[in-house]
Amino acid sequence: MAGVLHRIEHVDRRIIFLIMLVSISVPLFYPMNLPIRVSPEVRLYYEAIEALEAGDVVYLAADYDPGSKPELDPMLKASLEHLLRKDIRIVSATLWPAGVPLLEAGLDTYARDKYSREYGVDYVNLGFKEGKENVMVQLGKSFRAVFPTDAYGTPLEELPLMAEVDRFADVKLLVLISAGYPGTKEWVQQVRNRYNAPMISGCTAVSAPEYYPYVSSNQLSGLLGGLSGAAEYEQLIGEPAWGTTGMSAQSLGHVTIVILILIGNVVYLINHRRKVAA
Amino acid sequence: MSADLWVWVAAIFTLAIMSYLYKDNPVYKVAEYLFVGVASGYYLSTYYQNVMVPNLFIPVGDGVSALFGGQVTPDLWRLFALVLGIMLFTRVMPGPSWPSRWPMGLLVGAYSGLAIIGFAQGDLMAQLQDAMIPAVDGDSLRQFSESQSVGDYVINSLWVIGNISLIVGLLSTLYYFFFSKEHRGVSGHVAKVGIWFLMISFGASYGFTVMARVSLALDRLRFLFQDWMGFTIIS
Amino acid sequence: MLRREIPLLITIGVGWFMVLEFFLPILEPVSTELQSWAIIMTALASVLGVVNVARINTLKVSRKQKDWGYSVVLLLGMAVMISLGTVFPIIKSLFNIESAWGLGGMELSGVSRGTWFGQFYDSIFYPMQATMFSLLAFYIASAAFRSFRIRSVEAALLAITAMIIMIGRVPIGDAISGGFLPELSDWIMNVPNLAAKRAILIGAALGAISTGLKVIMGIERNFLGGD
Repeated sequence: MAGVLHRIEHVDRRIIFLIMLVSISVPLFYPMNLPIRVSPEVRLYYEAIEALEAGDVVYLAADYDPGSKPELDPMLKASLEHLLRKDIRIVSATLWPAGVPLLEAGLDTYARDKYSREYGVDYVNLGFKEGKENVMVQLGKSFRAVFPTDAYGTPLEELPLMAEVDRFADVKLLVLISAGYPGTKEWVQQVRNRYNAPMISGCTAVSAPEYYPYVSSNQLSGLLGGLSGAAEYEQLIGEPAWGTTGMSAQSLGHVTIVILILIGNVVYLINHRRKVAA
Repeated sequence: MSADLWVWVAAIFTLAIMSYLYKDNPVYKVAEYLFVGVASGYYLSTYYQNVMVPNLFIPVGDGVSALFGGQVTPDLWRLFALVLGIMLFTRVMPGPSWPSRWPMGLLVGAYSGLAIIGFAQGDLMAQLQDAMIPAVDGDSLRQFSESQSVGDYVINSLWVIGNISLIVGLLSTLYYFFFSKEHRGVSGHVAKVGIWFLMISFGASYGFTVMARVSLALDRLRFLFQDWMGFTIIS
Repeated sequence: MLRREIPLLITIGVGWFMVLEFFLPILEPVSTELQSWAIIMTALASVLGVVNVARINTLKVSRKQKDWGYSVVLLLGMAVMISLGTVFPIIKSLFNIESAWGLGGMELSGVSRGTWFGQFYDSIFYPMQATMFSLLAFYIASAAFRSFRIRSVEAALLAITAMIIMIGRVPIGDAISGGFLPELSDWIMNVPNLAAKRAILIGAALGAISTGLKVIMGIERNFLGGD
């Protein structure tokens, strides 16, 4: 018995990798279809967009890259779905160089293809700009000063939507989908109070716990945290997608981790007590 | 299985990186180095197309053209940015590298100045203001009185002590970080309470981190099973 | 003078401009131009990083150091992407070539979707970066079993909270506890977690403000390096 427990405590980590692989793969084919409960901060995010009126303009920031695409792309897609359904016009950009194709893909799929919106009139893709907080502060004064052209090289003067909006005071809401630095924290620090610009944010689950103070102080009017946040938001807008699909596998993955923690500690405790007794 | 060549390319590179889970191997190393090369080339091209051309080369070109036409425009100021940019590259060129300190100084100064305002206004003032709350919230008392099940009573009683917990937690955690006085006696107990609040917040962060990591793996498995192997993922 | 005093004066001047511009809107035109320079410098600093990667790996290949073969792969990947995304567009622009440079149904020059550059992003860059991050799920499982040891009251607090959050934030938590675990995890996130994170925010803000002040007053000079 002692030998078995010792072998369990020092099991090859590749066995654990296999256990994890099986536990998150099986539910993809045999989902549990459990109801998804919506948390308060996700409801606030939804209500912030619901409060907008047709024709309002929002600034959409897609500050992420392929490393966080699995969590944030569902948020971007659900947000675009919600915004376009309400006939909200969108000015979008990214501060992450690898986010350019991700933003473009989202806008093409939803704004151009699904909702047949006219580029330059209903939505604009400003593209990418390096500069982090400098860009954020400058955008509050003038979009044109930072982005002389859009993502496709068209001067902003030639885009009808950009004749109406040139700074954050001209938009009703900032929708921030962000993975890290530069991201939600910097937007709140540099833009929220400086320009009195209301903002909501979707972020990775890693960052979400540290943004709860911003939700409490109303610096963020809503927060989506991780894939579960995306799933809850998809429920609210009535468009279940990858966030919802992933919840079964996510649930079983979490249960597996909890069981591993418990078993690991029980086995360690028994072996440790044996060593001390010996 | 997919018939798309590019899906196969993506799948092969995905599996090459995943092979590291078994053990480090040459296939993984080739994929890793190729990724670094492709990523570096991607970033350089993106910076060139999205920043250097529209924000530097075009304004400088316009300014110089206007100057030759007898006009002095604000675009000419960007010449200084061009000169500073060239000075930055002395860091990797043979010869003295001290000229790179000028643009570095500009960057450090710009970000430091923005950080002062950002942290003061965005974090410090706003969070201190939001921390000024009454010890007991009337709404939570009302909700406690409307509890029906044992679970409701437990949760609602936690909300009743929510505000006082926020105050105690904030003050004790801030006190824990105050190292000018030794944490002994009463101050030791206060710091200990701070540590407990920190441990709870780290536990919350750990739970959310697990969520993030599992989500990332799910997406790659979805790609392999659905896009590459052709299975149907049931939603 | 040129090596230390002038860079320091630039740091102090630009830093104070960024602070004072917040209080004195009259300074806005100057600070806007300075911020434009900072945007350009930040991009060039990133380009410098790429140039450094190329320099280090080129040296590795020329000196045939350990694993130099992998560096060849790196440099090849870099060269292809830079050619597609930078060199070809420059050539087309310099010689006013408007016709497409098609190969296999995709444009050779340019960075947008529908180009070879975009395809390499979709098929090489994106899958590999996403997969590298996805490995963390397996490492966190391994660490949970082999390294997460509850040896004290504080560690127990951390572990119990983590388990409540992990189960409470996903649908299975609601299903097995009739809503209790999700409500408990909401309370944990909005009370003890919020209190501690707020304290960290306030402490970090005080530290960042004092460091920033030291930099723009010229007291902190480490970024200048040695002479």
